[in-house]
Parts: sequence; structure tokens; C-alpha cells
Amino acid sequence: MSAPTTERRHIVVPPGQPALRVETLSVWYGTRQAIREISMVIPERSITAIIGPSGCGKSTLLRAFNRMHDTTPGARVEGKVWRNGIDLYAPDTDPVWVRRQIGMIFQRPNPFPKSIFENVAFGLRVNGYRGDVAARVEQALRAAALWDEVKDKLDASALALSGGQQQRLCIARALAIEPQILLMDEPCSALDPVATMRIEDLMRELAKSYTIVIVTHNMQQASRVSDYTAFMLAGEDRIGELIEYAPTREMFIRPRDRRTEDYITGRIG
Amino acid sequence: MTGTQLRPAVDTEMEFQPRLSLRRKVGAVFGVLTVVAMAIGLLTLGALIVDVVRDGWSVLSWDFIRNFPSRRASAAGIRSALVGTIYMMVLTAVIAFPLGVSAAVYLEEFAPKNRLTSFIELNISNLAAVPSIVYGLLGLGIFVRTFALGRSLIAGALTLSLLILPIIIIAGREALRAVPPSIREAGYALGASRWQTVRMFVLPVAMPGILTGTILALSRAIGETAPLITIGALTYVAFTPGSLFDPFTVMPIQIYNWISRPQPAFHQLAAGGIIILLAVLLTFNAVAILLRARLQRQIRD
Repeated sequence: MSAPTTERRHIVVPPGQPALRVETLSVWYGTRQAIREISMVIPERSITAIIGPSGCGKSTLLRAFNRMHDTTPGARVEGKVWRNGIDLYAPDTDPVWVRRQIGMIFQRPNPFPKSIFENVAFGLRVNGYRGDVAARVEQALRAAALWDEVKDKLDASALALSGGQQQRLCIARALAIEPQILLMDEPCSALDPVATMRIEDLMRELAKSYTIVIVTHNMQQASRVSDYTAFMLAGEDRIGELIEYAPTREMFIRPRDRRTEDYITGRIG
Repeated sequence: MTGTQLRPAVDTEMEFQPRLSLRRKVGAVFGVLTVVAMAIGLLTLGALIVDVVRDGWSVLSWDFIRNFPSRRASAAGIRSALVGTIYMMVLTAVIAFPLGVSAAVYLEEFAPKNRLTSFIELNISNLAAVPSIVYGLLGLGIFVRTFALGRSLIAGALTLSLLILPIIIIAGREALRAVPPSIREAGYALGASRWQTVRMFVLPVAMPGILTGTILALSRAIGETAPLITIGALTYVAFTPGSLFDPFTVMPIQIYNWISRPQPAFHQLAAGGIIILLAVLLTFNAVAILLRARLQRQIRD
């Protein structure tokens, strides 16, 4: 196999206003490099899926978008992530400010061990929200399609909800502080098919006003919900790279790279 | 499918030797052993308590609690030592708890993981094993002499605080480490600063564990005699301390004083003192346990 950097990549630049412009982004954990020089443009108000086999660095890439690696000891990021002309990794960019605008949903629902109401109100409180907290909580729960199920038990523990409800609560919690981008790290992998479908419907709804980037190992999910798909793969050196990035339909019907084709037809991974 | 061949089921079945009855017996034997281990501890403690109560029951009265110590056994009481111990425990808790929890939070949540912090961590663990008399000498040198606090209540409380700080820090760090990382990530992802995440979510979840460690630490402090004698706590005190800078005594010292006298009447007083000491200890722990139970309920609901 020839050196990966010399191979031709099929990476499109989506038209329109970019939500994030990623430039030669690399991440290390200690001395081990996890992803290498990834460049891509994520379009606004759309869903971009990142797919690839386990260990290809898709979650690592996603967590680089809102500087979650800052909280991991030993993690190091090189490269740039631009949003509206601001480099999120510039020395004077505050990671707390970045995460305030770019929310994140995790693989396992992680509600705080508090009431449903307090879970949603937390982001408002820490960010000094001065308006009507109760109204905002209701608005966020409605946006996450959870309001009707919880409106009579807002003071009940969030941990008493089902897994799917907990994940929608986490989405409501993220929406409450009005982020512009939502990062979702395999948000449905701990959920049953019915709960998964509800989240997917919700994502389509949210994509009308938010930019969503979702990491998934479920190719059907990527093809169902996303507008653009990025395919990542780790080479023999186990460093993840971006192999192909294209409109979802195009990639699933006519993949340009053989490795993409092998993956989506189930020959590898 | 793959190249490896599956052998017939009969073949592999013979390679398993479940030995169910042996495994069941081994399990039963270990079950009995653990019960015996627990019984040895409990029975010894029970025997001690019965012995002490038999000796000391007769001296227990309001007068025993109200009176100051006296040369006549019939008039002697434990008032100054009881008050001294209560002051000492409250002061020690007030000093050591915030310091210990803060240090644990720093080491676990804020400190960079490098050689210096692992050196500090190693030393804190070592400090927890240092004999208490060494802390007494330290307190004598620093608090009594250098800071010129004299043989005062505050010098004693500061000394005991140093003594139990390592225990609180270690317990606090364990409790913080047990908080799932997903809680922290959730906080960060919502635009909370590190401190906001720690204060609003990590600390409350860790607090029951921290309190358990603090209970153990204070239980150790309440029984300490050596460091307080070293810094010069009095053995005969016929007054209760009126300020932080007054001389004092505590119950273990008073008990030690009584037990070392030849007359049997004083030995009974010592036994009575032990009963009161245990009662105070249990009261302190009960308060802490109630607090912990309330916190745990809050977290669950």
C-alpha cells in the first residue's frame, strides 16, 4: 500500500455558508496520533454524518469540534477549526465560549442526577440566563419532543426516565442554551429501534434551524438522516484519515473510493 | 465461513470438568470464614463494651457530667474534659473539612498530572501513616511556640486537623474519582466552566463518600491523646475553656489520668468516662450519617 498522503481523496466542498471549516486537523493521545490532517467544510443547517469502522477516529474528530479534548489529560490537537472567521483553537479563544455555541450529545445518555427541570435549567444558570427560566425549559423540552411526556413530572428525577427519554432530555438540555451546532456521538447506540426512530425524526426537525454533526457506526442511520457523509478509515499505522466526503446520496449510490465502497457494501469493517 | 473447524460437540463436552459439588463446598467454606471473621471483631468489641459498662455504670449520673475533676473520687466529674472534647471536635471539623476537601478537589480536578503532583500524592499517603505523636511535636513547634498560641484549644485543634487532613484528602479523592466522567463531560458540553461543573455536580455526587471519610477521620481524632499531651494539654482542669486561647483537656486525657491512679474508685470513673466518650463519638457520627443520608436522597430524587 502506498503512502496514504499521496493518494487522491474525494472530498467535496458543500455550497453555501459553512458552519465549520476544518483545516489539517490532527489529534494525539500522548504520543499516539489518532487522526491525521483532516480538512473538511461542514455546511450550515444540515446533518453531516461521520461514518467508519471502530477505531477510525470519528469520535476523536467530533470531540475536536467543541474542544472536548481540552478536558482529556494528554490529548493534543493541531490544525484549525474556523467558525465565522474565528479559529476555535486560537490562543485567545475560550473553550467555555466554544462549547456554549457548539453543544454535544453523548453515546450514553448522561442526565445529571437531578430533576428533569434542573437538568434543562443547568445550562441556563451557568451561562447567566436572565430571562424566564421556566418558559425556556418548556421551549427546550418541546423542541426535543419530550414535553408531553414529562410536563406533569418536571420535579421527578431524570434518572427515572427511559433511555430514549433520557437522550431526548440531554438534547433538550443542549438546546436550552441555544447552541448553533449540535454534535452527536453515536446518540442512538444505547437505544432500541423505536427510541432511535424518534431521535432520528427529531434530528430532521432540528436540522431546519441547527447544524448537526453525527457520528454513527450505523450506515442505515447515516443514509436515512444525513445530507452529507464523511467516511473515515484508519490505515495500517492505525491513524484515522478522511477518505471520502460527499453528499450522502451520492456516496451511497456511487462511492468514488474503493475503500468507501468496500465499507458501505459490508466487505470491510 | 472461516478457516477454523468446529469440532463435534461430544468432543469438547469431555474437556469440561464442571466439578459443581466441589465449587459449591468451597463457596460455603468461604461464606463461613467471612462470618467468623466478622464475629471475632464484633464479639471482642461487645466484650469490651460489656466490661466497661459494668465498671462504669455506677458512676454515671448528672453529677458526673456536671462536676469538674476532683481529688476525691466521689465528687469528681468529667465536665471540663467533655466540654473540651466537644469544642475540640467542632473546631477540628471546621478547620480540617474545608481544607481537606479543597485539597482533594485541587488534586483530582485541577492539578496537572505530572511528577510534582504524583510526588505530592505519594507524600499525602505517607502522612496518613505517620504516628500521631510526631504531629504532636510538630504542633508544639509550630502552633504552640512559633505562632505563640500556647497550650490552647486552638493549638490543639490545629494539630489534630493536621493529623486527620491526609485521611480526609485521600477519602475525598477516592470519592471524586468515583464520580462518572460522563457527568463532567455533560457539564463542560453545556458551556459550564470547570469550577461550575465541580461545584454543581461533581462535589454533590461525591459528598456522601467524602463525609464517610470525614467521619472516620474525626473518630480517629476524638480518641487521640498523645499529640495533645505533647502540645501541653492539661491533665487537671477545673474550668471550661472560655475562648479559643484558653488551656483545655479532653476526655481521653482525663480517662488516662484516672486509670493511672491506684484507687479502684478512679478506675470506675475512667470506665464512666469511656461510656461518655463513646456516646459523644456516636452522636457526632449519627449527625454525619444523617447528613449523608439526606444528601444521597437529594441526589437520587
